[in-house]
Formats: sequence, C-alpha cells, structure tokens
Amino acid sequence: MTAANASGDSSPVDAVRNGSRPVQELESVTIRFAGDSGDGMQLAGTQFTNTSAILGNDISTLPDFPAEIRAPAGTLAGVSGFQVHFSSSEIFTPGDRLNTLVAMNPAALKTNLRDLEDGGILLVNTDGFGTSDLVKANYKVNPLEDGSLKNYRLVKVAINKLNKEAVKEVKLSPREVDRCKNFFALGLVCWLYERPLEPTLKWIREKFGKNPAVMEANTLTLKAGYNYGDTVELLPVHYRVPKAKIAPGTYRKITGNEAMALGLVAATQLAKKQMLYATYPITPASDILHQLADMKRYGVKTMQAEDEIAAVGMAIGASFGGAVGVTGTSGPGVCLKSEAIGLAVMTELPLVIIDVQRGGPSTGLPTKTEQADLLQAMFGRNGECPVPILAPQSPSDCFDMVYEAVRIATRFMTPVFVLSDGYLANGAEPWAIPKIDSLPKIEIKHITTPNSTDGQTHENGAGEPGKYLPYKRDELLARPWAVPGTPGLEHRIGGLEKQDITGNISYDSANHEHMIHTRAKKVENIALTIPDLTVSGPEEGDLLVIGWGGTHGSLYTAVQRAQRKGYKVAHAHLRYLNPMPKNTGEVLARYKKVLVPELNCGQLLMLLRSKYLVPAEGLNKVQGKPFLVSEIEAKIEQLLAAS
Amino acid sequence: MSTTSLPTLTAKDLTTDQEVRWCPGCGDYSILAQMKKALTTVGIPREQMVFISGIGCSSRFPYYMNTYGFHTIHGRAPTIASGLRLVRPDLQVWVVTGDGDGLSIGGNHLVHAIRRNMDLKILLFNNEIYGLTKGQYSPTSRLGTKTKSTPQGSLDNPIRPLSLAIGAEATFVARTIDIDVAHMTATLQRAAAHKGTAFVEIYQNCKIFNDGVYEYATDKSVKADNVLYLEHGKPMIFGKDRNKGIRLNGLKPEVVELGNGITADDLIIHDEAADEPTLAYLLSRMVYPEFPECVGVFRAIQQPTYESLLDDQVQGVIKAKGPGKIEDLFKAEDIWVVE
Repeated sequence: MTAANASGDSSPVDAVRNGSRPVQELESVTIRFAGDSGDGMQLAGTQFTNTSAILGNDISTLPDFPAEIRAPAGTLAGVSGFQVHFSSSEIFTPGDRLNTLVAMNPAALKTNLRDLEDGGILLVNTDGFGTSDLVKANYKVNPLEDGSLKNYRLVKVAINKLNKEAVKEVKLSPREVDRCKNFFALGLVCWLYERPLEPTLKWIREKFGKNPAVMEANTLTLKAGYNYGDTVELLPVHYRVPKAKIAPGTYRKITGNEAMALGLVAATQLAKKQMLYATYPITPASDILHQLADMKRYGVKTMQAEDEIAAVGMAIGASFGGAVGVTGTSGPGVCLKSEAIGLAVMTELPLVIIDVQRGGPSTGLPTKTEQADLLQAMFGRNGECPVPILAPQSPSDCFDMVYEAVRIATRFMTPVFVLSDGYLANGAEPWAIPKIDSLPKIEIKHITTPNSTDGQTHENGAGEPGKYLPYKRDELLARPWAVPGTPGLEHRIGGLEKQDITGNISYDSANHEHMIHTRAKKVENIALTIPDLTVSGPEEGDLLVIGWGGTHGSLYTAVQRAQRKGYKVAHAHLRYLNPMPKNTGEVLARYKKVLVPELNCGQLLMLLRSKYLVPAEGLNKVQGKPFLVSEIEAKIEQLLAAS
Repeated sequence: MSTTSLPTLTAKDLTTDQEVRWCPGCGDYSILAQMKKALTTVGIPREQMVFISGIGCSSRFPYYMNTYGFHTIHGRAPTIASGLRLVRPDLQVWVVTGDGDGLSIGGNHLVHAIRRNMDLKILLFNNEIYGLTKGQYSPTSRLGTKTKSTPQGSLDNPIRPLSLAIGAEATFVARTIDIDVAHMTATLQRAAAHKGTAFVEIYQNCKIFNDGVYEYATDKSVKADNVLYLEHGKPMIFGKDRNKGIRLNGLKPEVVELGNGITADDLIIHDEAADEPTLAYLLSRMVYPEFPECVGVFRAIQQPTYESLLDDQVQGVIKAKGPGKIEDLFKAEDIWVVE
C-alpha cells in the first residue's frame, strides 16, 4: 500500500506520552522549507532528508528553486523551496499537499501557502516580516496579524533573534551569523518530528572542519533550535514517523543526476571501457558533470567543451577511438547537438546522450521540469534518422537506464537518448545499493582481423579475403567496431551515404533506400533484447493509465488509490520509448480506455495513437511542475464515471 | 639493448582504392601527394594515423589516405579529433579543414582546439573561396572579392588564419604553398614531429572558382620577390637577387634594400622559438603586395598538451587516494542498512 493518501493522517494511537511530551504517530509527512534563495533552504531540506533516510523512512524530495542565482532578496522571484515527503511505508512521490510549511519571509509564505493543507503547521520566522519585507512580497497588511492564517496551526518564532543569541559567543560577522539561521529552523523541525541531530552535526563537522568558528556556530544554533522547540512547547504534541518496511539491503539517498553519474561509471567500468563525458554546462544537467569530474579515481575523464556541439563531437570522437562517448545536456543543448547525433546514426558509432528535460521552448523554464523533448529525441534530425530512447522513471532508475543505454549503444552501435527531467535530476529517494555481480554484463568486442570472406559477390572488393568491411552486420544488424590502432583494419567512415557492407561512399538510389531501412530495422531489433511491458493492476479492464519518465510515482499512486476504490484500472510505464517493448500494442488492446498523462501537450499520446491506432486520451499539464496524485485520480474517476 | 626497426611505409601503402574526385588541376592533389611522402618518414605505422575532416573539398582528404579516417560534419572536425585525442594518446591525429569549414562555421572550435594545445596536426587548406558550394566568397577572401554571392564585392574583412592561431596561443604555426612540394613535405614533417597543436596554413589553388589567387606567390617569374622563406636564426632576406630584407622600425616591419649602409645585421633575425609570439604575429600580418608573404615555421614552442595534463590529474588522484572501486563509489555518501 502506498502512503501518499494517508499523508498527515494520524494513526489510531492518537497521542501517547513520551516522557512529558505527547507524541503522535503519523504514517507519512510532507514538509516544505521555503525562504529566500540566500536562506539555505535547499541545505536545510537536504539535511532533513538525509536524517530521515538514515532513520529508515522512505523518502521522496522535490527541490524548487528560481533560475536566478540570487534574485533580489525577499522578492517573490527569489523564493527557493525544498519539499520532502517521508514515510513509514513505501512512497513514490514528494507528496501533493504540505503538512508543514516553514516560511522564512513573506515572499515564501505567499508563494507556498496554497499547497499547505487546512490545519497544517505553518512555522514562520517573524523576524523576516518587517515592513519592507512585506512590501517586497506585495502584502498590504501583515498576514501574521490579520487573521488570514486562521485555518492553519500558526507557529511564530523569532528565528533571527534566537539564532543571534545562540551564536553570540562565537566571533563571526553579522552576515555570517545570519547565514546560520537555516540550521536553527532545521533544529526546530527536527524537534517537531523527533529526528536526531547527529547526522547533521556530523555533516557540519566534515563541511566546516577547516573553519572552527562557523562549525561551532552552526552546531550551537542547530541544538538551540531543537532545544527551543522542546523548552517552549512550541506545539502541544510532536510527531513521529516510524521506520518504513523496506526490503533488506544497504541503502543510500540518491538524486537522479547522482544516479546518472554512478550508472555511467559502473557500466563503463564493468565493460572495461574508458568513458569520456563531454558536455557544456546547462541547467539542470550540470550536476552530472560536477559528479563525474570528481571521479578521476575511477579513471573517468570529463571535458567541459566550448559549446554543446563541441561536446557531442568530442563524445563521438571518443567512441570512434574505442571508448564510450557520453554527452549530457538539456533541451536547448539537444537542438545544437542534433546534426552530430545524425552523424553518429549514419556512421553507427556508440553514443549516449542524456537530456535532462526542462520547461521549453527556447530557454523556457530552466529550473522547472517538463517532458516535452520526447518528439525532439524521436524526430528532431534531418532525414530518416532513428535513435533509441530510454526514460528512467525515478531518481534511482536513472542508474539502471543509463546503464542500459551504455549496453544498447555498444551492442547495437548507435546513439541512445536517455530522457531524464528536472524533477528526477534533483529529486532524491533511497537507493538499494546493488551488488556488483548482480549488474548486467556488458561485453564489448572489438574486431581485430579482417571480416571479409572469399566468395561474397559484393563489388568494391567486398568478396576478397583479407579486407575489413565496416558495415558487414551481425544477426541483429549491428556493425563491427574496429578501432584506430588495429593493424590491417584501416578504414574511413563519414556522414555521406555508404555502400552496404563496404562502407564506401555511395549515391546509388536503391542502396540508399536499403541503408535507410537497415538502420531502422537495427533500432527495431533492440526490442528483442528488452523486457516486455508489465502492468500494475488487472491484466485487462476498463482503463489503462500509461506514462513515461518522471511521472511514474504520481501515476502509480493515483492508480493504486483508484484500485482501492474498486475501479478496474491498471498502470503501465514505458521505460523504453524507441523501440517500445514488443507487447505494447497487445497490452493497450486489453483495456477499454487508455489514458496517457504527460507533462507536455500529448507527445507519447501521439506516438501511441499513430503506432497502435488506439483511441487513447491525454491528460496534459505544462506548468513546470510534476503531477499531483489528486489530478490523475480525478481524471481516472471522470473517465470511468463516463463509461 | 634491443632495437626495433621503424616501420617502412611507401606512398603506395598510404593510397586507398577510392577514386580521387577533386577537379583536375586542384591544389589538393599536390597536398595529398606530399602528405603521403611526408608520412613515409615519420616512423609510425599507418594504423596509428588518423585523418579527421569536416565538410568541403579539402575534407574529402581522409577517403584517399589508407589510414584510419573520419569525414565528419561541417566545421566540427576539431571537436571529434579532440575527443579521440583525449582517449587515445597513442595515435597521431590530423585534422584537415578549409577556410570555410575551419574559419567560418567551425571558427569557434578551431580557436578552442588551438588554445588547449592538444596534440593535433591541423591543416587549413586556404583557397579563399567556397568550392563545394560553387564559388561563394569565404572568410579569407580579400575585401571586395566579387563572387556569385557578392556581385558588388565582399564587404567583410578577411581573417588572417595565422594571426588567429597565434592569438589563440598556438604552439606551432606554419605556412606553405601547394605547389612548393619540397617545402610542403618539410613543413608537414615538422608538424608531425611537434608535440601539441600544430597549425599549418596551406595556400591552395582552386582551379575552378579562384584560379590564380596565389599567382604572386607561385609564378616563378615573380615569386622570389613576393615570398619570404623563414629560417630560424637567420636574417629575413628575400628577393630574386637576395637583396631585400625586413627590418623593424619601432613595432612596424618594413622592406629595405640591402646595401647603402644596410646590412643583414639590420634585419629581423627570425626566432621561431621565442616565448612571446609578438614577432610571429607581426610576420603573420605581412600581406602582398606591401610585403612579401612569409612561408615556413612562424612559431614552434613546447608547452604541455591538454591530454597530458589531464592524464597527470587522473594519475595524481589515483596516486593520492588509490584506484577507486565501484563498491566504494556507491557508498561514498552516508549509507544505512535495513535488516
């Protein structure tokens, strides 16, 4: 069962006494830390998440920050938020509604209040609500005083003053003192939800070890926040979310971008291949570069190129040299890389292209999530130019899918797209660390001797023994990969159409058509090596909800809820979008209706309708935000009520 | 001590079975022939040689060399060559480009490839015209060049390829001429031997769209007065009668006649190894008809290559922390165990 619908619900044991304080047990809780970009909300949220994960909760997070590094302080544009959902049961989304909102200033209150549930805890920093702060957030009257917050459990704390008091013994500039206040707030929330401080104290020691004053101040204010909650009885109760029942194993917290980096290193190391990650910084993909640049111990080479085009060119050059070339970017970068991706299709070289999708078109919404690059990945090149497409469905699934991308790219000699998105890239969840020997084997063989056989009747010497034929294919239509430095296999490749088998330039019309079909068939053959599409729920029924990518958690949770209400509805999620699993059409046909929720205007919907001729219907949202579970749920009920 | 004999290559070993499709009389034929000749002496086997090109007439070059080759996309050859170089320091990598490919659509990559000083040998075939698209002006066409796309004459100032390369801190910069076969062979051999980015501009005649653009530098009757052969450590003398030279007047080079009190001692002594590229830059700006145009090696200095610095970083980290195991990488963050 999932807990998302139980967020904030109290357990039957309402309030048990723990020492002198009543403690209420909850199944799951969603908290958002919101403040100015400079307030350290991302850090406070991350530390709270780590602590909850180590404590044994299931977790899912949603960071939400502005594109500007420092929008003017205190303004609505500068608000940065970090949402964490933690639970004693398995969860798949960062939560629809907030049980607790921490608002460090009026702007944070104004932009986040709509997500707080009625009766939710609203913890505000009263020191952030001065006259000028209120003006910057367009408040005419102070919302803390006009009664407009009466539906919430308002908790007012003078965080700036209390923080200042807590660190007064430490010699710091006023600015440095102010920068500690996020840890006071974190300490307070840790008290509220019975989280131990030790993981954060350890982090403070490691992070600020070289700066004892800052280390001391953060330690003091974190503890002061916790103790303040305890001493003043901030709320009549505090809360506990017990450990989740999670499969045995060793876990860590992982974001999509971290998983992407680890998956690349694991796949290439186990394949005994050098990897080159060549890229150009772009939000929200840059963290993959940052991760990999710091993994030189593992033989990883990274290259920050002069532009997106150079980055993909370098990756292709590395693959030509027998390494695994990888490039990571977001939608605008894919536009620039398109011509080179066509070259990799034509020359049939391995290449992994990670597209961490963001809101578009053009520069769009750099820090917000969207799934609107599917058709770009599918068709965004000149000519008939098929490229395999994979899409991870959760942050940790980025590990598996990028690993799979390396396998497919090297097995089939083709570029492969991995479509992540801003939500997966920055969101975090627990990851069961895999055992190395449980990971799929990737065996890469480079041809070292000529592959022509006497008696073949191809022109241009294809039949002579002792020749290397770069486009002589195997049973799945993949071509051999001969790398420079191999004696006797000297050959030339390029973007011009090539004669079948020999690879010589050919402008012959029949040959061109044959090669177009051959390259397409090769990509289709990938379906012979991937798992079938599975459904969660009834094998046939009234409705199939099918999606792809980062919406998995919301779709899955919504379908689970509908199933509990007795609807005959199932969920399927496509991790392979080109080619799709062999049985996709058959699965679609087993349901009376098909719903395709997407964070775009209907791109998978278009592919499914055109390929399988199903009267599928879309549920589309393009607001730079993930689906709420309730949005999907409502649509499911609407569709089934109409039937 | 053991000795290994150097591989002996002939020009024929480097010839492919592909029909060469340049126009009759194209300067590229000569460059292809001199390249094969030069490579017979560099002492590495052909499987370790890679030719990478972009788009344009010059970029067909790899198809005619029996080495490894990659005919890529317009302007991007330096990027593909750089990626190859980063993972394969054992290969000798040549980039073949033209004035359109290298300086127009690919100008950005050329600048960055040069400044990184990767061990790439970049040959820019400069014919001051677009050939494959049938005769539009190029970034090196002289001001006022009349072509199909500029019927009243071109309006933009030409790029001086060597000035650009020197501005991008090139460690090896040279120029040669398609029909000057001995000079070209020697220049290509110098480029092959250079450790770092070697940038060579080759004056190349386009028989069809820009015939005779370098006549002043190739016509035997006038060439000695219009071309100055650079020699390291030697005074800059030129002319049919070896009676002219280049002298520095402040920061300005000037042509002087020897005699009447002016001797070789007054002339610039060419120093290709100078740390500062100022002199090389001045020479790159000498343009016919005001000056003889210099050919030969303008600059040749040693600097660490990008790929060797990267390898040093990788090895340095491995030395300091030990080689990484994936198991450790997975557990580099806080972990917890669920029983």
